[in-house]
Amino acid sequence: MSAVDRAFETLRSQNKKALVPFVTAGDPSLEITAAALTELGKRGAAVCEVGIPYSDPIADGPVIQASYTRALDKKIKLKSILETIGSVTPNLPCPVVTMISYAIIHRHGPEKYLDMAQAAGVSGAIVPDLLVEESDAFAKLCQERDFSLIQLVTPTTSKERAKKIVETSTGFIYYVSVAGITGERTELPTNIVDNVKWLKSQTDLPICIGFGINKPEHVHMLKEACDGVIVGSAIVRRLCEAETKPQEQVIQEVGDYADSLLEALNG
Amino acid sequence: MESLGTASRNVPDPAGRFGPFGGRYVPETLTQALDQLTAEYEKAVKDPTFFEELKGLLRDFVGRPSPFYHAQRLSQQVGGAQIWLKREDTNHTGAHKINNTLGQALLTLRMGKKRVIAETGAGQHGVATATACAHFGIPCVVYMGEEDIRRQAPNVFSMKLLGAEVRPVTTGSRTLRDAINEAMRDWMASVEDTHYILGSVVGPHPFPRIVRDFQAVIGEEARQQSLDRLGKLPNKVVACVGGGSNAAGMFYPFVEDKEVELIGVEAGGRGPSAGDHASPLTYGEPGVLHGSYSFVMQDEDGQTCDVHSMSAGLDYPGVGPEHSYWKATGRVEYTCCEDDDAMKGFDALAAAEGILPALESSHAISKAMEVAAKMPKDQVVLVCLSGRGDKDAAEIARLKGVKY
Repeated sequence: MSAVDRAFETLRSQNKKALVPFVTAGDPSLEITAAALTELGKRGAAVCEVGIPYSDPIADGPVIQASYTRALDKKIKLKSILETIGSVTPNLPCPVVTMISYAIIHRHGPEKYLDMAQAAGVSGAIVPDLLVEESDAFAKLCQERDFSLIQLVTPTTSKERAKKIVETSTGFIYYVSVAGITGERTELPTNIVDNVKWLKSQTDLPICIGFGINKPEHVHMLKEACDGVIVGSAIVRRLCEAETKPQEQVIQEVGDYADSLLEALNG
Repeated sequence: MESLGTASRNVPDPAGRFGPFGGRYVPETLTQALDQLTAEYEKAVKDPTFFEELKGLLRDFVGRPSPFYHAQRLSQQVGGAQIWLKREDTNHTGAHKINNTLGQALLTLRMGKKRVIAETGAGQHGVATATACAHFGIPCVVYMGEEDIRRQAPNVFSMKLLGAEVRPVTTGSRTLRDAINEAMRDWMASVEDTHYILGSVVGPHPFPRIVRDFQAVIGEEARQQSLDRLGKLPNKVVACVGGGSNAAGMFYPFVEDKEVELIGVEAGGRGPSAGDHASPLTYGEPGVLHGSYSFVMQDEDGQTCDVHSMSAGLDYPGVGPEHSYWKATGRVEYTCCEDDDAMKGFDALAAAEGILPALESSHAISKAMEVAAKMPKDQVVLVCLSGRGDKDAAEIARLKGVKY
């Protein structure tokens, strides 16, 4: 059982839903990434998701894409990102997973990547460009190491395919709310709830919904159907303000924002 | 890299693999559209009316077969083997790109999709897509990096005249790679009613196969024209390689003709230092980019490197997976040609034959002149002249410091 499994088991026993916040590593600095993870853990995040900047992200919208570009412009490397994560995980009450392109994992080598990530206390990975058909070898390695490989299901995924994806997924299922890229949206499609209910009938794994979620209203709409929500762009947008505002203030604001989502989830 | 044995024409496999290369590394959202495209293409391949219609368009709309031309004066000047040109520059819209866009536009109609998106570097694929869409009455959006928009103004204007919307891409290096990222992002959100006409033999399965098949008309014609006109196959076949679509189309029909040497020419740019060229097969390593596993210019973290070529159509940090397969099997020799040498190739062809080649094709011309010089006069070097150089005139003037 990985740390991600344990986190969801605890939540389930408390009859609570998970907030999974996303931060981009190194934007605006690794120091702020560490401070944000610590604050989000303190506020009650169930799992923290750290985006590893990639030069050619296809699934990401303008906010996260720009944050990746800023981090890469500062020459931030995987090694220093993992060192930063490693500096906070020993005291973090929740597990950390990475959102990482397979281009980066392949370049380092899957085994070496897992060695490095696990040494930093990372408990799992979301690899948005590693489809179920291509993931056998990596999934096997992850299983051997009790490292969660969180797979994605989207509105365009057929039911037959979704069944295959949930079979190979560990930790939780990432349900993508919209056919599109990441980013805050005013309205979410109304069929999400039905889609997630069907998915829940296919698996015992927790299901968290991501893409587009940024308001407590969204959380209210989704919370009955799912086990948690993933919020990225709204947090990344706030964190990058630390370029121009005092860091403590930005971290406080991000923490307060997380509180508002947690209140909507479990209040 | 370990040898993969003899290259076969019977690739890719059902998973889209050319040996270890290819496959699909894309967000889950796109799989349904890629599956739909794969299934529709399989149906089309078995439907004689599909290729009949395409063949008719290639004949009457594009002007195929394209000429097979003996560059006699250039051959005399080089003083070695006879240089022959496969004249894709004579196609409607001025390059080989139209072969693929008409095929994919027909697939768009078969799939019942209502909108087309595309990306373009040099603009030739954008013009060809805009042309195919105008021909069939399909709304079309073309993504193009701001730097390429600057370098290729005539093509941008042509696309607009043809009714396409050109969306400037301002992220990253503002070139082809970023345009592909933006087109893929658009497709993520519009996949239900939009087809993405990808312009080269790159991207996730089934694109590398589909684009190769639509471009294979180049090599099929050239092979037959060689037999008809020369009574034999050429000794060497040369083509430029960015993403690699003209080269894939030219080489594929010759893959099992072991006596024919195939040479792919990448953009050597300013030289071999990282960032100065666009030669992933020469200097890169296998990695994942834009949906497939192939040779890529990348740093130690797997981040895609910036690349350079004076040719907007060649400055791409990746390459089609079948080229990686041909490299690994040793079937094709890949080399590169620097900007200055490509410009000499351009000048030589213009002066000797009255043909302005595209800057992309000038790389192949330059390399062909180099190899022909070392060969006997009775041998033949066939070059794919992938496009014409009108679009590059302003950029060439800028590079040469000429005002006109």
